[in-house]
Amino acid sequence: MLASLARLMPGTTGLPGRRGIRLLERNVWVYRRSWIALVTGFFEPLFYLLGMGYGMGALVGEIEGLPYAVFVAPALMATAAMNGALYDSTFNLFYKLRYARTYDAVLATPLGPADVASGEVAWALIRGSLYAVAFVVLMLLLGLALSPLVLLTIPGSLLIGFAAAGVGTAATTWMRRWQDFDLVAVFTLPLFLFSATFFPVTAYPEPIRTIVELTPLYRGIHLLRALSTGQPDPAIVLDVVYLLVLGLVGMSITSRRLGKLLLR
Amino acid sequence: MISLAGGSRPGDGYHPQVTTADPLVLARDLSKRFGSFTAVDGISFSVAPGEAFGFLGPNGAGKSSTMRMIGCVSPPTGGELRVLGMDPARDGARIRALLGVVPQQDSLDMELTVRENLILYGRYFDLSYRESRARADELLDFVQLADRAGDEVEPLSGGMKRRLTIARGLVNRPRLLLLDEPTTGLDPQARHLLWDRLYRLKQDGVSLVLTTHYMDEAEQLCDRLVVMDKARIVAEGSPRALIAEHATREVLEVRFAPDARPAEDDPRLAGVAERIEVLPDRTLLYTQDGEAAAVTLHDRGLRPVATLVRRSSLEDVFLRLTGRTLVD
Amino acid sequence: MRTGGSIRILEHHLLRYRRTWRGSAITTFVSPLFFLGSIGIGLGSFVDAGGSALAGVGYLAFLAPGLLASSAMQTAAFESTYPVMGGLRWDRTYQAAVATPLLPRHIAIGNLAFVAVRLVIAASVFSAIAVALGATDPLRGALMVPAAVLTGLAFAAPIQAFSATQRGDAGFTILFRFVITPLALFSGTFFPIAELPAILQLVAWLTPLAHGVALTRAIALGTPDPAMALHLAVLLAYLVVGAVAAAALFRRRLIA
Repeated sequence: MLASLARLMPGTTGLPGRRGIRLLERNVWVYRRSWIALVTGFFEPLFYLLGMGYGMGALVGEIEGLPYAVFVAPALMATAAMNGALYDSTFNLFYKLRYARTYDAVLATPLGPADVASGEVAWALIRGSLYAVAFVVLMLLLGLALSPLVLLTIPGSLLIGFAAAGVGTAATTWMRRWQDFDLVAVFTLPLFLFSATFFPVTAYPEPIRTIVELTPLYRGIHLLRALSTGQPDPAIVLDVVYLLVLGLVGMSITSRRLGKLLLR
Repeated sequence: MISLAGGSRPGDGYHPQVTTADPLVLARDLSKRFGSFTAVDGISFSVAPGEAFGFLGPNGAGKSSTMRMIGCVSPPTGGELRVLGMDPARDGARIRALLGVVPQQDSLDMELTVRENLILYGRYFDLSYRESRARADELLDFVQLADRAGDEVEPLSGGMKRRLTIARGLVNRPRLLLLDEPTTGLDPQARHLLWDRLYRLKQDGVSLVLTTHYMDEAEQLCDRLVVMDKARIVAEGSPRALIAEHATREVLEVRFAPDARPAEDDPRLAGVAERIEVLPDRTLLYTQDGEAAAVTLHDRGLRPVATLVRRSSLEDVFLRLTGRTLVD
Repeated sequence: MRTGGSIRILEHHLLRYRRTWRGSAITTFVSPLFFLGSIGIGLGSFVDAGGSALAGVGYLAFLAPGLLASSAMQTAAFESTYPVMGGLRWDRTYQAAVATPLLPRHIAIGNLAFVAVRLVIAASVFSAIAVALGATDPLRGALMVPAAVLTGLAFAAPIQAFSATQRGDAGFTILFRFVITPLALFSGTFFPIAELPAILQLVAWLTPLAHGVALTRAIALGTPDPAMALHLAVLLAYLVVGAVAAAALFRRRLIA
């Protein structure tokens, strides 16, 4: 991705995107003042975990031999990773691109589009890992992690975030108005509700089941659930490859589109 | 006074080979097309070190597109461009490291304070934090915003935001400052304050390239300028030379009552002036002696409701060259 | 100008809504369908299979009225935060309004009237979908609508008052994260309040949503609830006190 961006911005010396660290600094500065928004962002998945895991859990009982909270926790973690990355790569990016003209000012300096991309991606990964670590700690405290493999859910949720950010940024480069973002909800809401988040995929009749199994959030939830419950099956290789490819395709589309948008 | 330009730059390894004789900007047959729309159509110009160089023209003449090409954020689609002796297509980042840019629309970071805007921008140029902080404080004094250092950007007035944007453009001690419509939308007081700051920069040896559609701004700030219209350059020279070449020494401006306005070919106007322009609201008579022309009109029985004799300005040059007024 | 002023404000909102309704149309239709399908039918099949703790009521029938009241709250909360900040600060349309014979209280009441219109539309769509999925019968479905609208307004009024005290939108993030989201989860929407620890039950009953959910559910299930009058009274109290506070705070903010 960065290499193809560098071609758009010849004259960037050294490793393409290395100056993205400067943009990362900017984001850290901004959040120094609004750290409350960063910290409180963790409470939403927490509330969902308590409400759905325990409140609903009392009605549902066990699913696939697992206490309901154990079943639903990794799914909520995956959803939070997707939503966080999508928010940053759609609304936030659109605001910076079209309204704040943040990048216009940045591109008047030695920084190029590759630095913009690498800086924003790095920031999203840092933010994502903060939330992922906090969620894993929570699962351990509540006894919802059944295996030490739960630690691998941290890179796992970063991978989900990477895939979502790839698709999100690519989509945002085509967005013209705020109303276009209502479409984002049209895709994310069914993903959130039907990706074996709250009940197992076996509840669906064929061919719906196969369709669900082909959606990105399902792959993410499948991956994290396999890790946190300590039941890895061979399909997690498919999960990883699927999410990686999705992210890379999104990023390569973005790199072509972003250069066109910024350097007209 | 503090030095705002030149001097040593942080050890960033950028040492472009520019001697004082080389032009800072050199354009030959430069073009910019967006699909079938031609924004800039084969223009040639050069900017010498220490010079204040202006692009004068109405909205849509191609000034901003030219500025973006010089700023290395918009690849030319035709012709040749050299900035600080380098090729924007190959050395964009190195050139931008040495430029200061004040875009047409302020692009300040609303999520940061006034001072933080400058410090972080300094970091984009690889200044150390220590240097960047010192530089920010220096510049806040220079643009008279030191008392707003810790404030948010959003509530600042238009003039203050503009001054902050200029300070931001100076953070890397640029050799060349690009200003796109620096005072558009500001009140007269704010404009004069800005002009004063830009004049001091020039005294300090910073070269300026600016666009404007105000002739008073062009006359105040520019040593030399080009007049642009419809993507092309239609005239070039110092403000004084342009006026001498394309207008007369004086202009007699007369207003008539709407029902008593003589047409351009009215025999009573014949021979009164070297050239006559009839505008919707007034009639302009170009002549060496405005007072004498006014007396002649009176003798021929014309009774304007208002009469004004003034020196010719760039507005008149533009009217002459394009047949249109500059600001409408 | 007594009530006429509020009607002018409502007209303004409706005129704008005619241009912007498409933006919320998809989510208005699609989200009740998705939520009832996933949680109500999908997860509901597991609840019902486990021998219900819901006194013989199917989970879909239990969930639909709760979700209706809860989404009315969320629509009302959204309409009473960002658009209010827009009027006060970003577009300054409220300043423009009070430069005419209109008064701050007309803005507050006119806004509530518009929220009511939006709620009637959204709740009717929701009810129709719930009836189509077999969650309740058409008559009870229709009767749920006014209960849900009242629930929404019981939030819209005090939240407008809150918005009038804010300088930026940072407080809204906190409001949604720490009030709206927890209420949506813990006010008897998805599972009975009785499952909560005693202290949280008490907290839940102090807020409007628990009463709104209970009222809407009693109507939908046809189980006469002796506390229905209490639910109504609590919702009305929030609405009236909130509206008075909003009018006063708009006045303080706009006419200084």
